[in-house]
Amino acid sequence: MQSPLQAIDLTTSRDQSFVEDVARESGQDLRSCYQCGNCTAGCAYTMNYDIPVHQIMRLVQLGLRDKALSCRSIWLCATCQACTTRCPNNIEVAVVMDVLRHMARRAGHAPERLVKTFTDGFLASVARHGRVFEAGLAACFALKSGKPLQDAGLGPAMLSRGKLAFLPHEPGGNGKAEVAAIFQRFLKDQESGK
Amino acid sequence: MRIGVMVCHCGNNIAATVDCEAVAAAAREFPDVVYATDHMYACSDPGQKTIEQTIRDLKLDGVVVASCSPRMHEMTFRRAVERAGLNRYMFEMANIREHVAWISLDRKRNTQKATDLVRMAVEKLRVDRPLTPKSFDVQKRVLIVGGGVAGIQAALDCADGGLDVLLVERKASIGGIMSKLDKTFPTIDCSVCVLGPKMVDAGQNPRITLHTCSEVEEVSGYVGNFEVKIRKRTTYVDWTKCTGCGACQEKCPSRKVPDAFNENISLTTAINIPFPQAIPKRATINAAHCIRLTKGKCGACAKICPTGAIDYEMQDEIITEKVGAIIAATGITLFDHTRLGEYGAGRYPDVVTSLAYERMLSASGPTAGHIKRPSDGREPKTVVFISCVGSRDRSVDRPYCSGFCCMYTAKQAILTRDHIPDSKAFVFYMDIRANGKGYEEFVRRAQEEYAVEYVRGRVAHIYPTAGPDGGQLMVRGADTLLGAQVEVAADLVVLAVGAESSTGAPELAEKLHISYDHYGFFMESHPKLRPVETNTVGIFLAGACQGPKDIPASVAQASAAAGKVLALLSKDKLESDPQIALVQAIRCIGCGKCERTCPFGAIRMRELRDGSKRAEVVETVCQGCGICSVTCPVRAIQLQHFTDSQLLAEVNALCRTWDETTES
Amino acid sequence: MSAPLGYYPGCSQSGTAAEYDISTRACCKALGIELADVPDWTCCGSTPAHTVDHHLAGALSARNLLQAQAAGFDRVITPCPSCLSALKTADAHLAHETYRAKVEHLLGRPGPGPVNCQSVLQVLFEQIGPGGVKAKVTRPLTGLRVAPYYGCIMNRPPGLMNFDDPENPMAMDALLSACGAEVVDFPFKTECCGAAFGMPRLDVMQRLSARILDMARSCGADAIVVACPLCQMNLDLRRGQVNSASGQDITMPVPYFTQLLGLALGLPDADLALGKLVLPLAPALIAAKEREAQREAHREGERAAKEAVKAGHRPAPQPVCEEDAPCA
Repeated sequence: MQSPLQAIDLTTSRDQSFVEDVARESGQDLRSCYQCGNCTAGCAYTMNYDIPVHQIMRLVQLGLRDKALSCRSIWLCATCQACTTRCPNNIEVAVVMDVLRHMARRAGHAPERLVKTFTDGFLASVARHGRVFEAGLAACFALKSGKPLQDAGLGPAMLSRGKLAFLPHEPGGNGKAEVAAIFQRFLKDQESGK
Repeated sequence: MRIGVMVCHCGNNIAATVDCEAVAAAAREFPDVVYATDHMYACSDPGQKTIEQTIRDLKLDGVVVASCSPRMHEMTFRRAVERAGLNRYMFEMANIREHVAWISLDRKRNTQKATDLVRMAVEKLRVDRPLTPKSFDVQKRVLIVGGGVAGIQAALDCADGGLDVLLVERKASIGGIMSKLDKTFPTIDCSVCVLGPKMVDAGQNPRITLHTCSEVEEVSGYVGNFEVKIRKRTTYVDWTKCTGCGACQEKCPSRKVPDAFNENISLTTAINIPFPQAIPKRATINAAHCIRLTKGKCGACAKICPTGAIDYEMQDEIITEKVGAIIAATGITLFDHTRLGEYGAGRYPDVVTSLAYERMLSASGPTAGHIKRPSDGREPKTVVFISCVGSRDRSVDRPYCSGFCCMYTAKQAILTRDHIPDSKAFVFYMDIRANGKGYEEFVRRAQEEYAVEYVRGRVAHIYPTAGPDGGQLMVRGADTLLGAQVEVAADLVVLAVGAESSTGAPELAEKLHISYDHYGFFMESHPKLRPVETNTVGIFLAGACQGPKDIPASVAQASAAAGKVLALLSKDKLESDPQIALVQAIRCIGCGKCERTCPFGAIRMRELRDGSKRAEVVETVCQGCGICSVTCPVRAIQLQHFTDSQLLAEVNALCRTWDETTES
Repeated sequence: MSAPLGYYPGCSQSGTAAEYDISTRACCKALGIELADVPDWTCCGSTPAHTVDHHLAGALSARNLLQAQAAGFDRVITPCPSCLSALKTADAHLAHETYRAKVEHLLGRPGPGPVNCQSVLQVLFEQIGPGGVKAKVTRPLTGLRVAPYYGCIMNRPPGLMNFDDPENPMAMDALLSACGAEVVDFPFKTECCGAAFGMPRLDVMQRLSARILDMARSCGADAIVVACPLCQMNLDLRRGQVNSASGQDITMPVPYFTQLLGLALGLPDADLALGKLVLPLAPALIAAKEREAQREAHREGERAAKEAVKAGHRPAPQPVCEEDAPCA
């Protein structure tokens, strides 16, 4: 929370349905957070966050929805589970971060564009091939990211060690079709807002 | 019979959800009820006066009060009816507060239930009989379990008041945790200098008998006449001969024994006197490390002892003592930080507990008061203190605040800056609990005068830095006020470990028949009004065995417990509760089931001249639990004031009203 | 021999982490653990799926659990912690009715019953154990100093993973010790390497992986031993990127624990696909041998000096062995 210049009106700015949604979707007791900061202390990503994780928990407690959903931090959490493991109040903080990310997606936020691009690319690859096609994902990401040469240097090392398959290693049976069907139902539900 | 009923409003506690006037009006219709009224506070002076006056004016021979729990005010009202000339057992109480008003907001049904409860009380009262207590002699001696500062204080106060005291302590010396502390907050008094004279007094007072290296094995009996078995663990040294000269300790070849008094940061010998100020100052052999006792060889101590006190054949001894009252003062133990992997789980020698740090600070400690790192003996220049280690932490099932850690941490930080002026001290804290006299000012002094850096946040991880600086510990925490991750490269980390109930506390509670909570702390009889009593008459609490407490609170409670014991044992005779089991010899078939089922051993089988047997209740031992009456196959044994006919009167009253309400 | 265990390789193990798969199969075979692939397995969804939707993630994993159950496996093992985490999460959450209903809707058929999912590490540790490994070691890794790096989710969160200590896991330490290696007390066993941020936020991955490498080096390790394909990729394949950002030149190899285990068991290099490591293991093995030779010489010297004392000579001053200095 970069020190707000304006006072936050804690009554009018509170979005109670947001508080309840996060609690329900994450299954966590958010009120038990007493702001000790252990999650922030152990988080490997704090240095890259715009809002440290304990303050995200605070935003959720106060129902400050827009601030919580528009931050970069929730996109940079790698779900390493350090916060969940060490929380003295047994809160699964990483699950809360996950749920906020889901909500941010639904609300159309993506301040870390490339993280979303990578995630979407990964899942598109799975949807298409049934398994991740690593080379395809890398190529696709290179094109969409606007940084086509970032990982170009890795090519030779991978080639010489037989780590770069040019064709996807797809499942032999119905797997590919079944995975595709899962994604179709998921996308259909999303569109219909289920 | 002429019965009076009073329905209490308890301010709004009852009246908010029960129509007290309606209950009183309904009661007027009950059989034998000649008077019923409602009152704002039945327990108040005017309330009690009204009860007394009505008994006299209307010549009542029984009273029902509908109010709070009998645990709250039964004694109050019994005394009131007694003052007006009634037998105190011609009184019944209907609990319409805890059992009605506080558990439902439905005024109509609450009123109905309250009326039902009053009807039951009236019906029972109609078959109640006057009971008369008997009196018995008391032992003017008190047993105190635990020889920390609370136990010592209670012992001195009781002895001062003329009682003989048995002070039982598990360790070899009395003194407890306070004897290990360097200084005390907020005055920075030398801890053992304050405690030492009290320890000496306890050791020299002719009324106080010390049993150290001892534990309570078994407790039986009842208030005024407890019988206690005490196990005196073998010390392998005849303490009647030992003079505490210490020659054995000098000669003992087993020199690598972790020194428990110094929190295992230093070594001692297998035979040792725990610390210079120990009371009694006597040697004890640690059997696990004694070469003679483990391998059969050696015997150096026996050779050197000038008084021939060493006895390798010595066995545990069990002694039996009679006392009139017992004070539990078993104190606390500290949270085991090896449960916390993120702080190294005990792998890093330079991550120490706060109590180990006290020993490092103490002039009589292993480093003679010079702060040295356990790993390499270097003087630390950066010391990090971490609060709430094993406190306020649900993940380790320690959700409670230990209360005193904030203060001792401030003290240790001040002492660190005092001992090593060019050092830096950091305190990671969540909140500062400094609510004692002079405490807040003390913490502010640490921050302002001693420049201790307080960082608001928890520490997530401690790991050794193996870089060029080497040998430091990286402490990674958060500063929640900044909203940032912070790191401190520390030479020494002190964990403010929280309080836990003393090892074996639940087992002792079982022996004493007193309640304890989920964490093993002993339960007081009432959190506000009976804070030193337990639910077992004659057993009292002193100090942190009841919940984490600092020294002044422990001492205050110890004196309070001593006061209670002195008041109790100031009488030559005590009255026994007449609400006990009674055998109708005519009905008894001598089957002996009651004898086998009684948890207190209060029933004996008496053989008649014709060889047949009859049960007999030892009145002073019976606790009135009623198990025997439900066990008896022929209903020959009845619990007075809770006889079958009295209970059935209540049940009938309830069923009758239930029939009426369901029919309507 | 008991029935074969259901084996879920995971996507990476058929591509960038092929050596993990190859060496896992070789070790299991050598130690008598029979593996049978989950037929027609598909992606578990990994991290990307759960960051998008918990039910989508659940369905992708549940499909594989169904496949395993149809093939008669009640236990599924996988080398990859990310796959394991996904499978275990789905398995645990399927016990909740509303979750199960949504997952079954996405699957288009009834979901699987409970399946016991374990890592290859857990099976090797619990079923074979350090003792069992030690008995089969033919080529001990004497002198090799290793930093066991478990990664962030092999043991976390403890309530879900239910294996080993979440702060100081020891299973890999114990297995590597049994192989004869010298295991350093590595403080960053469970610190995050930057996970999948290699592509979208290279800078973040570079910073985190550099910390781990730096710590391993300062602990005096010859190699960082891993159990996760993503950790391995960040620390090995992306080493050039990490070194260039940190300005260091750390060449420490990053083998999978199964590769070292295979070496100690005497399996041929080809079965362990050592050639697929970007940073070669050989220099570490050579360094270990040299160190061991030096130590042997030192011990020899000590023995000679002792005998000399016995024979009445003045003891010669001992050469200081820097290798004996504590490293961690």
